[in-house]
Amino acid sequence: MSRFLGITVLAAVCLVFAGALMITVWQIAGTQAPVDLPGLLADNLEASGVEHPITAVLLNFRSYDTLLEIGVLVIAGIAGISMANTASLEDPELRTSDSLLYALQRWFVPLMLVLAGYLLWAGSDRPGGAFQAGAVLAASGVMMRLGGIPMEFLRPGVLLRLGLALGFSVFLLVAVVSAMAGDAFLAYPDAFTKPLILIIETVLTFSIAMVLLALFVSAPVNGAEEPEEGESG
Amino acid sequence: MTPSLLYAFAGVALCGIGLFGFLRLQHLLRKLMAFNLIGSGVFLVMVGLAQRNGQPDPVPQALVLTGIVVAIAATALAVVLIRRYYHLSGQTTLAEPAAKSARPKARSVNREGAPE
Repeated sequence: MSRFLGITVLAAVCLVFAGALMITVWQIAGTQAPVDLPGLLADNLEASGVEHPITAVLLNFRSYDTLLEIGVLVIAGIAGISMANTASLEDPELRTSDSLLYALQRWFVPLMLVLAGYLLWAGSDRPGGAFQAGAVLAASGVMMRLGGIPMEFLRPGVLLRLGLALGFSVFLLVAVVSAMAGDAFLAYPDAFTKPLILIIETVLTFSIAMVLLALFVSAPVNGAEEPEEGESG
Repeated sequence: MTPSLLYAFAGVALCGIGLFGFLRLQHLLRKLMAFNLIGSGVFLVMVGLAQRNGQPDPVPQALVLTGIVVAIAATALAVVLIRRYYHLSGQTTLAEPAAKSARPKARSVNREGAPE
């Protein structure tokens, strides 16, 4: 009886919350926006160095957000790796012996790498960009991992640390250098806007893929069912 | 009532469902999924609300894109933490330690990483 009561109270609370949110959304939709953000953006798109508005916002007008975001990703990656057992990184039980996966892998991994490169390049003038490319790259890494392709760089070591920190440090370097040169923090010099954005996007892609892949690999696997872990690793 | 506003209201509904699940469900993975549902609802509200004159506004879209990436990383970290917690305590809920002794499947704590 009390359980029913609990569920009812809970549902009522959630309904009240959703209702209040709905009224707020309705009110916000009724009011006029104080600033015309799309108009402002369209006026300044020329100066941003890229043709796609979302990429321009991400990597030029609001690049501070993106810098902090890659910082959060790196912190999450480091925290995830520090949770892991070193033994479980090379856990043989993670590998499957599915012949279909092997066959698919031969076709998909090169295709996905090309797709990641295309998405990275497409970000300048159409939907795409560092995050989509990084996600595709990480997905192909997960696939390779499941197929048991050895990936030495994922072991805790210099390569892993470099890969994790690359995007954030290059981004930060660009930001600090432009600040040292007398400009604002994160303001790109006019002549190099497009190449700088391209470099940052590329290193961001690598770092994002690395963080996601490291988080996937670092989840301490098995051992929950069986006590022995990493016996034959 | 425009179609884009419909997205915002769908986001509100997702927030409500997610909140219910987050408060009601016991299993940590389900709690995480419910939490992600709330997040998706917020993204949907932001993207849906920002389409004022039928034209999508790139600024909130870029913010949502940033939010999605952070949400993925946070979710992955949460899954790692949950697995670790399960590894150490043998339970999947945040129950009191007193309730653990009543469970027949409760595992010993010092098993972690020990080669046996």
